[in-house]
Amino acid sequence: MTPYIVLSAILFAIGAAGVLIRRNAIVVFMCVELMLNASNLALVSFARQNGNLEGQVAAFFVMVVAAAEVVVGLAIIMTIFRTRRSASVDDASLLKY
Amino acid sequence: MIAFWVLAPIMVLAALGVLFVRKAVHAALLLAVVMISLACLYAVLEAPFLFAVQIIVYTGAIMMLFLFVLMLVGVDSSDSVVETIRGHRVTATVLGVLFAGVLAVGLGQVSLAPAVGLTEANADGNIEGIAAILFSDYVLIFEATAALLVTAALGAMVLAHRERIEPKATQADLASRRMAAYADRGEHIAPLPAPGVYARHNAVDTPALLPDGSPAPTSVSRVLTARGTVRSAPDMADDIDAVRRQMSGRAEPETDTSREAVQGDGVPGDSQRPDRGGESS
Repeated sequence: MTPYIVLSAILFAIGAAGVLIRRNAIVVFMCVELMLNASNLALVSFARQNGNLEGQVAAFFVMVVAAAEVVVGLAIIMTIFRTRRSASVDDASLLKY
Repeated sequence: MIAFWVLAPIMVLAALGVLFVRKAVHAALLLAVVMISLACLYAVLEAPFLFAVQIIVYTGAIMMLFLFVLMLVGVDSSDSVVETIRGHRVTATVLGVLFAGVLAVGLGQVSLAPAVGLTEANADGNIEGIAAILFSDYVLIFEATAALLVTAALGAMVLAHRERIEPKATQADLASRRMAAYADRGEHIAPLPAPGVYARHNAVDTPALLPDGSPAPTSVSRVLTARGTVRSAPDMADDIDAVRRQMSGRAEPETDTSREAVQGDGVPGDSQRPDRGGESS
């Protein structure tokens, strides 16, 4: 089971680095999805490790929450793009001043 | 384990690609690769229900949503290369590598017992097993999820809705606005020129030529200009030369067939003649 956990850790780290590096809001969002997927992989492989299905149920809930999050997040990105004509996270800095 | 060792490098490479490709559309496609590979790993890990859900929800719904928003936001939304915070990229990379290192060291300490496997838990079928847990222990959370989904749908509708704060412009308004622009800044009143129509090209990416032979910039969509896929006029001239060479090269062996075609009906012969006229000019 360890290789699966290591793979999920690698994917999670790549997603986290992507959130820090990329500045296009949509790509940042994709990296968040990557992190959620990585944690799902860990949940499913732990379900197999322990021989019960609760891990798979948890992964299922993560998927549902991810779907809801994507819908609202992309709607927010669309709204920001409509007012500021830009999808870069650097341009949404009004609260800073 | 074979599936794992085949899919794991693909997934890591595609995930790194999401980090480094410049265009957001390419990042979305690479993310789809990661998600489909994950679905295959779920199948290997005895989770057939999650395999189906992963493909339907993630690659089907969520990736389509991403691509749809990318389409609305447009092609100009690629990342800029300018760093707004100095050393931001280097710091982020170092932090990411450090995080991966911490996770690797931490997981290296763990020694797991041999996996129990899900043959016993999946004895009545995977979906039945998940349903039994979902609708007994987790039924309240399941209800909360339903509320979450309804809220998310409503929230998206509220966020995407735009209140009209000014009256809708009628055709008369548009016409007077256009005349005012002409009076103030001398802008062109007439409609924009159509793209060029040539012997071999009449697509929207071929600009019309101005009387002096230079391409008319307003005759192609600005999206194509931003993508850099507009064909240049010299390219088209080369194309015409190539066609001329092709036609002169096979003129001798094909004289018989072309004569037959002319005898059969006059249309092919007629349609060739304007081409030759175009070449000589």
